[in-house]
Parts: sequence; structure tokens; C-alpha cells
Amino acid sequence: MLRGLAKLTWIEIKIFLREPLGAIGTIVVPVLVFIVAGRAISSKTQTPSMSSFARVGLPVMVTILIVISTVLSLVTIISIYREGGILKRLRATPLRPQTILSAHVLVKLLLTAASLLLMFLAGRRYIPPDVHPPIASFVLALAISTWSLLSIGFVIASIVPTARFAQPIAAVVLYPMAALSGLFAPVASFPPAIRALAHTLPMTYAVSLLQGIWVGDPWSAHLGDVAALIAFFLLFTALSVKIFRWE
Amino acid sequence: MMRSVIQVSGVRKSYGSTVAVAEASFAVNEGEIFGLIGPNGAGKTTTMECIEGLRKPDRGSIVVLGLDPFREVYQLQNRIGVQLQQAQLQKRIKVWEAVDLWASLYQKKTVDGDRLLDQLGLTDKRNAWFMNLSGGQKQRLFIALALINDPEVVFLDELTTGLDPQSRRAIWDLVRGIRERGKTVFLTTHLMEEAERLCDRVAIMEHGRIIDIDTPANLVFRHCPERSVVLEVSNPSIADRFKMIQGVESVERNGNQLTILGRGDLVTEVIHCLSEDRVRVTDFRVILPNLEDVFLKLTGRSIRE
Repeated sequence: MLRGLAKLTWIEIKIFLREPLGAIGTIVVPVLVFIVAGRAISSKTQTPSMSSFARVGLPVMVTILIVISTVLSLVTIISIYREGGILKRLRATPLRPQTILSAHVLVKLLLTAASLLLMFLAGRRYIPPDVHPPIASFVLALAISTWSLLSIGFVIASIVPTARFAQPIAAVVLYPMAALSGLFAPVASFPPAIRALAHTLPMTYAVSLLQGIWVGDPWSAHLGDVAALIAFFLLFTALSVKIFRWE
Repeated sequence: MMRSVIQVSGVRKSYGSTVAVAEASFAVNEGEIFGLIGPNGAGKTTTMECIEGLRKPDRGSIVVLGLDPFREVYQLQNRIGVQLQQAQLQKRIKVWEAVDLWASLYQKKTVDGDRLLDQLGLTDKRNAWFMNLSGGQKQRLFIALALINDPEVVFLDELTTGLDPQSRRAIWDLVRGIRERGKTVFLTTHLMEEAERLCDRVAIMEHGRIIDIDTPANLVFRHCPERSVVLEVSNPSIADRFKMIQGVESVERNGNQLTILGRGDLVTEVIHCLSEDRVRVTDFRVILPNLEDVFLKLTGRSIRE
């Protein structure tokens, strides 16, 4: 059923790396943000609030940044492929539609993982020495979050009229979502109406999960987040199956 | 009796209120090059995409190699090769990667990709990115991809549109080569010259309907039996003799140039008169009608409009 998946994924990775701007934007920029911000903060970690930001806020913020740029690039590439007739051409082969889309999700997940790894390696000394994030759990939490948010990408990719609008529309959807997600201020501190709104957005659960796992919370404390992310994934996937356009 | 590999009967397809194909019925025989011809917007591509299983017709039935193209699309796709109109590949995919990817998609044994590239003259472009290929090279790559699974039927949609005459001729040779290998070719084109030179049989389509099907020669013979002879002679008074020839409809005289329009065995008769009267001829041309004239006659408009 997934004939061609490995080869298509591998080719898509190579193609991605051949476009230098895309690769830099997706991988290098978030890592640079982490290093620059980390350096700025670590020089004044004396203040307790700064210290808490360096411990939890910054890594999760950069992680979310990585996820957002991943979703943006998925939306962009799907709409470019559709506009260029590439999706249609691939569909006229025994390739199953789900294989084509799976390959793109796989590429994006791998790139997210690569960015994250780079962030850990390059930014190791900006993570305070008393913080020992559970890397394996965090990677798993990231995978769940990315998967869930990528399904929004498919919905956006289904409705954008042309490739030119893909990136702006996706940005307009994703950045406000990030602002309300508790990334910059705890959701609990929001006025009730906004707090309610925040709880209807998948990114809020992704942030809660990532922040919790980063500071060493057990998974049992975040089952609600995981359930919400899976529910959003199912909802958006079902929706995009209905409305996705191949040409 | 030829075996038909494609049977289309009573197919209709509309998009919203726009009727793309009103009624299409025809059969394609094994081993022939069959052309669906007509102006842009006639419904050719929609018809072809229904046959390829990419679209579901609203009405009618299609059988390709004994399969229902929509319900059994994956079995069918293993046995056919497809080139789509205005298709693109990933900008930065290399030629060999595309061929390699395509080869990995089929359940059956595929042909040797490198040999295929060699046959299509793409060996030195093996490592080139798709975006850096010329129009003709891209089309040759698409032909390669359509042939990689050694298909029984090859579909080519407006294959040479946008190519210069030289690349066009090269592509025609390639298509004839596909037929030589015993495969059936189904193509669409709005270029009458292409249809005339390449196709064994053509179906003329206009406004979503097939208006006639036959060999190009028969279509011309049936719909446009007139032909004209244009000649320059030393003694134009022979014009009166030409008027006596059976089947001549008109003889126009313009100085020493005569234009004789008629049907039947016009050319033989004109030559016969000329030699009997020992007329000196300085120019002699026969103007035969072509598919373009057939189209004009059948639809009342030129295909280029």
C-alpha cells in the first residue's frame, strides 16, 4: 500500500535541501533564535523571571517556532505542487494519494527532529545546568504536537486559492494561535473569554504538553493534552479528506 | 478483426453547469495511434482523463483493457502510461530520480530507465534538474515516465503544444516508435498536421461531442472530395478544354495562371489534356484538402479560432 513511500520521502528530502533558502528558513533560523536569545538571557539569569524563561519558556518557544515553520512549509509545498500539476501527475501513477501526503508529513517530521537536535547541540550551554529535560519524552511530545498541527496545514492547503496566498494565510492562522497558546503568558492569566477561546485551539494543548514534559512532568499529567491533540488531528484529517483538492 | 483496447460509450461529464463532454462514444483498436482532435475546450482532455481513471464520468461506460478505469484505477495504472497536459514535476528533481521514482511505483517489472533515457536522447541530462530542462526535454522526460512500466496503452495529451517545429518532429518519431513496439497510443491534439501525420484514425470532437471518426485520408475523402490544380501555362486558352473535364466545378484564369477546382480523377485528366495539346507548363501544383478543411466543413469554423 505504501509502495514508493521511502523513495518519494528520500527524494523530497533531497529536493528540500537543494533549495537553500527553504532549508535555512526552516532549520537554521529557529536554532539561531534560540542561540541569540539564550545568550542574551544567560548573561542576566540573576533575575528569577528571566531564569524561569530560560528554563522552560525559551526552549518551548523555539520548538513551537520550529513546528510553525514546518506547517508553513507543508502548506506552501502542497499548494505549489497542486498549482504546478505535480500532485495530479503523481496521482496518475499507482502512487496512492495518501502515500504522497504521508511522504510530505514524514519529510516535515524528520526536518523538525533535525532542527530540534541542532537546537540541543548548538544551544546546550544556554540550557541552565540544573535543567535535565527528558529528551526522549520531549521528542515524542513534539512528534504528537507536530502531527496534530500538520493536519491544520492540510486543511489550510485545501482551501488556499493559489500558492501565493498559502504562506500568508497559514501565518495569519498560526501566529495568533501561538499568541493565545500560553507560550508567552500562562493561559490561566487570560480573561475568561480569551481563555475559553485558547482552549479551542490545538496549539494551546501542544504548548501545555511540551512545557510540562520539558520540566519533567509525568505523561499522566498531560493525558488531556495528548487526547485533545489526537482529537484535533482526527478532526482536521477528516475535514481535509473531504475538502482537499488535487488540482 | 482488431481487438479494441478502449471502449467508450455514451460518456458525459459536466463541471457544475458547464458541460465538458456532452456525448462521447468510440473504440480504440490495439496497436493503433488514435487521435482525439478538436479545438481547445472541445472536451478532449476531460474525455482522456475519464479514460485514465482520473475523473468519473456522470454517465456512460468506459472499459480500458477490460477494466473499469474509475473503480479499478490501480490495476489500470499498472498497465497504462500517462502524459498529462501541462504537467510539471518538482522543480529540483533530477531526471534520473524521476525515472527511478516512477520505476519503483509499479508492481510489475519495469523497463531499464537508463536505456529509456538513452532512447529518448536524455542521457546527458541525467543529472539535470527538471526546472533546467527545455520544453522538448521535459516532454521527452514525460514520455519516458509514461513508458517506464512498459504499458499496453499510452496516453499523450497535447504532447507537442508549445514546442518548436524541430522538437515536434522528433517527438512524432518517438510516438511512431511506441507503435512499432506494438503498443496502442491514444493522443489528443489541436494540431491538424500532427493528427494527419501521426494518427491511424482520428475522432473529431467539438463542443463535447464526437462528430466523426475515421482514418485521416477517409475523412478528407468523404468530407472534402474537391481538390484543385494550379498551373501556369504558355497558352491559357486551354482553360476552355479543362471546363469539359468531368467533375470540374470551376476554372479560374489569372493571366497565365489557371486554377482548376473539381473532384474525381482531376489530376490525371488535367495532365492528359496538357500532354495531348502539348502545352508548355511552367508551374504545376495540386492542392489537396486536409483535416483542417474537414474540420472547417464539419463545424463551419476554423480550428484555430
